Amino acid sequence: MRPALRPYIRSMYRYDDIDQTLVAERVAEFRDQTRRFLSGELSEDDFRPLRLRNGLYIQRHAPMLRIAIPYGLLNSVQLRKLGDIAHRYDRDYGHFTTRQNLQLNWPSLASVPDILAELATVQMHAIQTSGNCVRNVTADHLAGVAPDELDDPRPYCEIIRQWATLHPEFTYLPRKFKIAVTGSPADRAASEVHDVGLHMRRDDAGHIGFEVLVGGGLGRAPAIGQIIRDFLPLPDLLSYLEAILRVYNRYGRRDNIHKARIKILVKSLGAERFRDEVEAEWLAARADAPQLAAAEVERVRAFFAPPPYESLPDIDATAGREPEFHAWYRYNTRPHRQPGYRAVFVSLKAHGKPPGDMTSAQMAALAALAEEVSFGLIRVAHDQNLLLADVRQQDLYATWLALRREELATANIGMLTDMIACPGLDFCGLANAGTISVARDIQKRFDDLDYLYDLGEIEIKMSGCMNACGHHHVGHIGILGVEKHGEEWYQITLGGSVNGFTALGQVIGPSVRQHAVPATIERLVDVYREQRDLGERFIDTYRRIGMAPFKERVYAAPAAAA
Amino acid sequence: MRHLLRRHEIVADDWRHFDAEAPAASDAGGIIVAFAELRAHRQTWLSRQGPLGVRIGPADPLEDLAPDLARLALVAVEFPGPTEGRGYTQGRLLRTRFGFSGEMRAVGPAVKQDLIFALARCGFDAFEVAPGEDLGACQYALQRYSVAYQRAAPLLGRLRQRESAPRP
Repeated sequence: MRPALRPYIRSMYRYDDIDQTLVAERVAEFRDQTRRFLSGELSEDDFRPLRLRNGLYIQRHAPMLRIAIPYGLLNSVQLRKLGDIAHRYDRDYGHFTTRQNLQLNWPSLASVPDILAELATVQMHAIQTSGNCVRNVTADHLAGVAPDELDDPRPYCEIIRQWATLHPEFTYLPRKFKIAVTGSPADRAASEVHDVGLHMRRDDAGHIGFEVLVGGGLGRAPAIGQIIRDFLPLPDLLSYLEAILRVYNRYGRRDNIHKARIKILVKSLGAERFRDEVEAEWLAARADAPQLAAAEVERVRAFFAPPPYESLPDIDATAGREPEFHAWYRYNTRPHRQPGYRAVFVSLKAHGKPPGDMTSAQMAALAALAEEVSFGLIRVAHDQNLLLADVRQQDLYATWLALRREELATANIGMLTDMIACPGLDFCGLANAGTISVARDIQKRFDDLDYLYDLGEIEIKMSGCMNACGHHHVGHIGILGVEKHGEEWYQITLGGSVNGFTALGQVIGPSVRQHAVPATIERLVDVYREQRDLGERFIDTYRRIGMAPFKERVYAAPAAAA
Repeated sequence: MRHLLRRHEIVADDWRHFDAEAPAASDAGGIIVAFAELRAHRQTWLSRQGPLGVRIGPADPLEDLAPDLARLALVAVEFPGPTEGRGYTQGRLLRTRFGFSGEMRAVGPAVKQDLIFALARCGFDAFEVAPGEDLGACQYALQRYSVAYQRAAPLLGRLRQRESAPRP
């Protein structure tokens, strides 16, 4: 392997004086607000929206701080800092989320301003990671390296990030607002279940633009985004987003928190009328609206130039290696646009560990490894795993050995045990039921890797409540924790999916008790194994044969649901 | 007499809010009437001699106010609670689409130091702050940030931004 690259920040956005000053001033503002709250000057009611805008929840045990990782891109210095913060201010670990952020579950309120100041030293923040405002803009985790990509979405995410950051008009929207951008038809950013999804397109002249979807979302009343514009020219990106947000800010419901998301407004007006409102607002505001200057696009795009790849041939990296490496190569690495390279998943789904959790020591080790083998860059994927996106094929074996030492090489990406789960009742103040112990029980029951490989690609997504942080609606198998008479029960859905074909799962029947969840999953996969055609994935078989055979098996005696 | 923050100064308020239950003894000076009151007695109010202002709530349709804006010296926008965000859009629309150049005043229990900066950026230039709120702290809050990603309102002309920054 190459010698370690020291603070190597290329192929990602770097702060200039404006960016740095802004985060520093935000830290000072929040420090002052926290001081006033702790001294009693600021009431709980007044402090709540202020701390939420800064990613700070008051949770079951302690505050939870959500740190922004814009479009999931980190450099090694930042990851090392996150590990260091988790070590000094928390319990030595952090939790990566489906929206490419990192959550700390145990910081003390008084220490949060210091944590934010630490983050600012590595060009990070927690601005708008919560609250009723524009949240972290997310993108395809394979952006810039995926062979099927039209263009790299990240420069546009960064432009949107800056435009949305402390945008004065959208300080208090009716509800939270999430934007995802994808440059690939595979839609690894789940853009169709976001408030706004932007699909990159090119017009006949080759100019970049966006197909615009509005009104997608999970949580209560899940909905798939509807196309309101086929092609939005790039210079109009911000003015159009501003028109959407303005219509939402004026007419979105504020009387009922459960009906306040933009999807409800889109549904009540109908997509066509909503589009007419947006287009009218957009035209009326044009004289005053932000036009995105070509110079600004170029300035930001330049940051995302590819890293200095070597000219290398593709090789058979697995030749002569042990079977475990073959499996890891097959399941945990992905093709790369550049010959001689692969993208490597770092599995945060080791069996027996809460999905998405990572210790400080693992973060430090991965930061060092990224410097050695992947240009010092790390990405956060939507499925709560990380990625080293630019690894030379000749370094794959050494990379695997290094990841295995840190228990980050479980070869289960896309498999049943690569589950998504929110923190659940163990941590979250909103949850109705636990998720971590359920995930552990499922992993225990499906611990045999060969069995998992035989089952192939199955996405299980689990949420501890209706808010759907675990994206259960779009899991091939979705699990939703519900509370019944003070007990934790789980509702199972089948048939959900994202990634290029968005569908919402259907409830299979009455919910099951916690201890019955793994057995229920087993019955579901048994039906699949018996019924599958050659080459069919679980989701394909479900789409072909429908709900009935699965339902019948799950509720057959002796009933798993008993 | 009530004090407020007008532009960067703490000043005595030279306007009063109209209250049908308790009409003031004198008819002199500026008077601010609720949007519903203005609608109900439009001709009476518009033909008034002295300065006239209107107070709008989050749900009031700005478009209906547009024809009368030229006659109005002041528009007060209500911020009834800390998470009610429609007033920010109303402020921006008044300044841009409707070209209102008179005093634009944020009023209501949510007008406190932590909101002042964003309000100013939306074009508000007067702040009738919540009872008990420290006006000096509000004045200071106008300097909270020295930079912005979006173009700034005139009140905060010293705010640094990139040449290529989008408006507002």
